[in-house]
Amino acid sequence: MALSIPYLLTVITFLPLVGAVLVTLVPSDGTKKWLALATTGGTFLVSLLLWTNWQQGEAGMQFVEEAVWFAPLGVRYALGVDGISLFLVLLTTFLMPIAVYFSMLYVHKRIGAYMALMLLLETSMLGVFLSLDLVLFFVFFEASLIPMYFLIGEWGGQNRVYAAVKFFLYTFAGSALMVVALLIVYFSAGTFDIVALQKTPLPLAVQTWAFLAFSLAFAVKTPLFPFHTWLPDAHVQAPTAGSIILAGVLLKMGTYGFLRLAMPIFPQAAEQYGPLLGTLAVVGILYGALVALVQKDLKSLVAYSSVAHLGYVMLGVVSMNAQGVSGAVLQMVNHGLSTGALFLMVGLLYERRHTRLLSEFGGLWASVPVYTGLFLVVAMSSAGLPGLNGFVGEFTIMLGAYSYSPVFAVLAAAGVILAAWYLLTAFRKLAQGPITNPANDKANLKDLNAGELAMVLPLVLLFFVIGLFPNLFFDKINPSVEAMLATRSALIQQATAEQMPALAETVEEQ
Amino acid sequence: MNSAALNLDLTALLPALGMVVAAAAVLLLDLVNRGGRAPTRPWLSWGALAGVLVTAALSIWLIGQPAASFQGMAVHDERAQALNLVVLTGAALTILLSVRYIPNVNSQTGEYYGLILLVSAGMMVMGSATDLMVVFLALEIFSLGLYILAGLRRNDRRSSEAAMKYFLLGAFASAFFVYGAAFVYGATGSTRFDLIGDALLAGRADPLLLSAGAALLIAGFGFKVSLVPFHMWTPDVYQGAPTPVTAFMSIGTKAAAFAAFYRFFTGALATEQASWGMALAILAALTMTLGNLAALRQSSLKRLLAYSSIAHAGYILVGLTTAAAPGIDGALYYLIAYAFMNMGAFAVVILLERQGEMDALGSRLNGIARRQPMLALLATIFLFSLAGVPPFAGFFAKFYVFAAAVQGGWSWLAAIAMLNSAIGAWYYLRIVVNMYFAEPTAETRIEAQQLSVPLTVTLSLAAVFTVALGVLPWVWTELVQSGLVGVFVGGLAAR
Repeated sequence: MALSIPYLLTVITFLPLVGAVLVTLVPSDGTKKWLALATTGGTFLVSLLLWTNWQQGEAGMQFVEEAVWFAPLGVRYALGVDGISLFLVLLTTFLMPIAVYFSMLYVHKRIGAYMALMLLLETSMLGVFLSLDLVLFFVFFEASLIPMYFLIGEWGGQNRVYAAVKFFLYTFAGSALMVVALLIVYFSAGTFDIVALQKTPLPLAVQTWAFLAFSLAFAVKTPLFPFHTWLPDAHVQAPTAGSIILAGVLLKMGTYGFLRLAMPIFPQAAEQYGPLLGTLAVVGILYGALVALVQKDLKSLVAYSSVAHLGYVMLGVVSMNAQGVSGAVLQMVNHGLSTGALFLMVGLLYERRHTRLLSEFGGLWASVPVYTGLFLVVAMSSAGLPGLNGFVGEFTIMLGAYSYSPVFAVLAAAGVILAAWYLLTAFRKLAQGPITNPANDKANLKDLNAGELAMVLPLVLLFFVIGLFPNLFFDKINPSVEAMLATRSALIQQATAEQMPALAETVEEQ
Repeated sequence: MNSAALNLDLTALLPALGMVVAAAAVLLLDLVNRGGRAPTRPWLSWGALAGVLVTAALSIWLIGQPAASFQGMAVHDERAQALNLVVLTGAALTILLSVRYIPNVNSQTGEYYGLILLVSAGMMVMGSATDLMVVFLALEIFSLGLYILAGLRRNDRRSSEAAMKYFLLGAFASAFFVYGAAFVYGATGSTRFDLIGDALLAGRADPLLLSAGAALLIAGFGFKVSLVPFHMWTPDVYQGAPTPVTAFMSIGTKAAAFAAFYRFFTGALATEQASWGMALAILAALTMTLGNLAALRQSSLKRLLAYSSIAHAGYILVGLTTAAAPGIDGALYYLIAYAFMNMGAFAVVILLERQGEMDALGSRLNGIARRQPMLALLATIFLFSLAGVPPFAGFFAKFYVFAAAVQGGWSWLAAIAMLNSAIGAWYYLRIVVNMYFAEPTAETRIEAQQLSVPLTVTLSLAAVFTVALGVLPWVWTELVQSGLVGVFVGGLAAR
């Protein structure tokens, strides 16, 4: 019998918030740092109970909590977790201590406010993944903007204020119409309950408008191709820990929104606009990869690679078959780990050299072998080398995408090649060849110390675990995905039968 | 006729009477002061505040005991009490803001507090009026008081100009209102809302006269709540009036006029919703769009808040457009949320005002977070709430009102409103940007003489309620539906 805690999900979600309050109250900077680390670490440990107490094979929501929040509008405080959200929650709680620890080492300016914002951000991200009520989801979804905005604007790079404002206004404006859409859904279906909505047939007109409004909000967040312009700015300007969380978790709120809300609740509209989203995803894969190829700044290279990688996730989501969706769920986690790790590696290098220009480097193999070796593993994980995590996710998505549309799959496969190309090019410029800049000498550049290794190694370990034992994860993901897809296709069938009764009858007669 | 036949049940009037009694008490206290022997001046504000609190308690006590009085010319239902609470919240916070501020503006503090209380009484009567004559009476009671309050600083040109402008345009608006009321009377034969409604049902109303009357009434109300195109006075008056008065106007006037708006249109003209609904929707769309666009270009904080208040009037009008219960409850929730967040914003403005001024440039907030981190944090809460970012009260207010709009089939209006709130986010966020990320200048400082314990209390109360109403929105709805007991029962039920 495993340890169990009542109100487990509430505890996980709001533990960081409590930590944030405490961090502002305790006096010294040192205490603030350690308190923040202890809070995120504690949250991670508590969230592991989700894994240990998991009901294997159960498709529905687990650890459900429910209370009325605002009766006049039927808004509930409802939390729950299933195979789709489980790993995103664990990803969040896992990445947070790493990001916080990195900040402890390298952030010196106004550390108390910084840590409090990081913790607030964690609460809002966890809330997004755990909410079972549309309004609650939206509240967390929007609330995450505030801490991220300050993290970029206060602790970011040169152009930080511009990037922060762009980030905030883009995403805020993108989700403005979603409020109207979720109200239209509510008055059409009579509930904000996400699980119930997935089973409720909605009129086609409602589906179309609501799907478009939801998609806009999530496409900006993800970001999908023409809505991505805020991302490179935000990423390049954000402090390293902010980038880790932004790429690792925050972007997943967009793809998660598609997967949990837009696609299953509005199945017919999703069928209709699926090809459009798929096209945007593929364009994003190729565009992101090509732009990454010509970047001179290592961090913007990683930022554009995010656009490409999230294109894969979207492709899996759009395909709406078991392989595509399961692959997408796993790939969300993979991208969080790989890109989070890439930003971490870039950040470690930046703290040493205070530049990220690829032309400044070269020959790092000779001077910092441990760092370079780990960088290679991380880059390979991101490129999708078999045996590492990225491969499993991308391959599964490709299988799903192929049965959805072979053209998409073929084009996306080209993206894999491009990914290997830009990552290896970056690695070559960084690590190989002779040392041209004396600042990269063994004497001037220190290799990773124990504390830094402690951040990188858990990530690398997970690359291998996921790459070699993917079924540990798929076993938990698949039942929920299959159940969701079954409910969804039942809805579509029912709707088709209603709209074309004659056709349905002939089918039955045969 | 005896008083029973006249239906003079005074219990229902207790809150308004409470305010009048408090006003009289404050004025008497001031009279004692004039002799110079009893230094009662510091007691004036506390006396006024005590009056407001007692009245609020009365108002809460009356929840759940609806009564009509004066032959159906006034009704005291839950919504009237809710409105009372909004006005009283505004009045209480205004008094707290005035403790240090008003003596610097005008030495007649006794009159000031007396007027604030009387104006509140007028606003509260307006919230329960169900007859055009009572509405007019209430309108004049609070407007006359506000004209004087706006010009409180007699030797300041801006203040006098504000008072004059407000008075002249207000007089026009009152004239429009009375003219409209006369038309409505001519069309239906009554000024009582229920009888107007009966006349309409029976088909006894002259449609042309009635629509002319309704249009004039809309113009009259529109002036009071500064709907576009009746908003021209707002920025100047807001800028020229003493800041606590501006803050009070932005909340109390809106609350009172919207209440009368709602009672007239849903009570008297319920059958004609199809025609006036569209008119109000168009006014709402214009009001919020122009308000937000104009706010984008303001450098003075008070003018910015003036245009922002125009925009918020538009959002609230969205709730009234539906004429349905959720829309009205939503608008009331919006008003209480707005009372707290806007009071907080004005308190911040006061802290930035220099000696002898009654306004502050937005640039004074540049980099204030470095010097006054706590103030910057509170201001951020108010601004994010005004922008409608969750989890603050401003978000839930918009959500509630727009939900009613969508339910009533006004999805396009809700969509325009949400796009507007995205525009709004731009200028609220710009202030936040400047507070945190701009370099502090020599102008970046708060005025020590403005800082006082009551002002700090106002800021804290406003911030606490801006957060609390956003996280626990049911506290307000339970309170105004079933009183304090409801809040506790509701709290238990939520578990």
